Amino acid sequence: MTATGRVRSTLIALASTVVFAVVAVLVITNAPGWPAVKQSFFNREVFRESLEVIPEAFVLNVKIFLVAEVFILVVALGIAILRSLPGPVFFPLRALAVVYADLFRGVPTILVIYLLGFGVPALQISGVPNDELFWGTVALILVYSAYVSEVYRAGIESVHPSQEAAARSLGLSQAKALRFVVLPQAVRRVVPPLLNDFIGLQKDTALVALLGPVEAFRQSQIEVASTFNYTPYVVTAIIFILLTIPLARLTDWLVARDRRRQLAAGGAR
Amino acid sequence: MRKLLTLLFLATLLGVAAGCGGDDDEPAADEATPTGAVDTGAAEPDPCAPEELTLVTDGTLTIGTDNPAFPPWFQDAEGAPWDPTTEPTQQGYEAAVAYAVAEELGFSDDEVEWVVVPFAASFRPGPKDFDFDINQISYVPARDEAVDFSDSYYDVEQAVVVLKNSEFASASSLADLADAKLGAQVGTTSYDAIVNTIQPDQDPSVYDRNDDAVNALRNGQIDGIVVDYPTSLFITAVQAPNATPVGRLPAEGQEYFGLVFEEGNPLRDCVNAAIASLRDSGALDEIAQEWIEGSAPPILE
Repeated sequence: MTATGRVRSTLIALASTVVFAVVAVLVITNAPGWPAVKQSFFNREVFRESLEVIPEAFVLNVKIFLVAEVFILVVALGIAILRSLPGPVFFPLRALAVVYADLFRGVPTILVIYLLGFGVPALQISGVPNDELFWGTVALILVYSAYVSEVYRAGIESVHPSQEAAARSLGLSQAKALRFVVLPQAVRRVVPPLLNDFIGLQKDTALVALLGPVEAFRQSQIEVASTFNYTPYVVTAIIFILLTIPLARLTDWLVARDRRRQLAAGGAR
Repeated sequence: MRKLLTLLFLATLLGVAAGCGGDDDEPAADEATPTGAVDTGAAEPDPCAPEELTLVTDGTLTIGTDNPAFPPWFQDAEGAPWDPTTEPTQQGYEAAVAYAVAEELGFSDDEVEWVVVPFAASFRPGPKDFDFDINQISYVPARDEAVDFSDSYYDVEQAVVVLKNSEFASASSLADLADAKLGAQVGTTSYDAIVNTIQPDQDPSVYDRNDDAVNALRNGQIDGIVVDYPTSLFITAVQAPNATPVGRLPAEGQEYFGLVFEEGNPLRDCVNAAIASLRDSGALDEIAQEWIEGSAPPILE
């Protein structure tokens, strides 16, 4: 494309974007209910008040997220490996991994949280914690491990069988072939979908509030109820987005870097 | 060719914008009509006569409440929680008040219709599909900006419910509750009472629904919950028989339940007159005696 061609297409993109934005703003602000919506969702004073309390509550979301993420990476990998075990001897373990993934991907997260958070403590078994934050986090770990194990499995299966065959022919045991040849390639390939699941996890930390802990979404509900104004929800949405965007850009960067390296290696995989 | 397409695209967008700009004149014209009708109505001798009222459905008083509606506020013939989509009931405090208000306004029992309105939807901005909502909604000045409240049909006190076998079952003052892990439903004055009145050392737990708070209480995840006193009667009678209301809280200002109207609904003045009349005649006290009885626990100071 010539230089003028590039300039022209940039200008067209710019004009189109501006017109689109202007139209969107006009449509929304000219809607008959806009003044009411503005008052309810974009109230400056409530916005300022919300900023004083909601970020503080958001620390709890981040804590849940960080703790859960570490466990999910480990548990999910374990399940994916179980499911990839070859041979008839390991059938029970493979079946267990399949049942696990089916069960926890099938049941809505909100129900798992309810059942564990209120159900297990109701058993009154001595020695079993009844802390709601503990069970809320465990529920998230169980659910997301099921998703992430499938991501890992997709990665493991995407590594060509010849890779493992080559490793075995070099004298590596099956375990070592998995550890040093298959997994490193598998994990690299699934980094984007992994991070995708973690963005989902970040948002789902809000579900733990069902059990009582006051995190960002619950705090915003408290603010909404005390002001009868929805602006605190907007504040919470912005905070969640602010955390998600860097993660999304990191994913993009990792993918781009990976591609660059593969191309540098002459396209070899 | 591409240039032409781009131009077409932009032209279409602008056309949409122009179309929308034209549209919003119409609702403004619509709004003027009901206001005019109300003005004419106010000039009539009795603006509160059923045929003069601007109602959701003409000739019918449409009342909202949540589903299910629990005793002692609503109950069906068997004394179980009432489903507003089934046969109407006059049993329960709010049911009785709703029908008493309807009668004062001049509606027969057959002219009362019920609609299901979840608590959170009762204060959503915009038009309402009920004439008024009766759902234990406490008056709070900030809430009044989004909807309109009637005068009080029930003055509320908060109560602390704890397990009978817990160390807090013998609490006789607010100080005795300082170490307690307390819980309440989100967005309620019960939550405010924990934060402002009891001021415990631990942060309270907050739940979507009272049922969840009761569950957490039964599991020992929290030491006590705060609810309004009539609800505490239901909880200790039905949901958690091993719990007891240990005390009521000093009233913070004048907390009361009000009927909720769409912002600016002129029906409110007529309903306020009806409530005042019920209060003066003692009818409201009688309804309270009938449905919300029992020996109340002490006020904790």
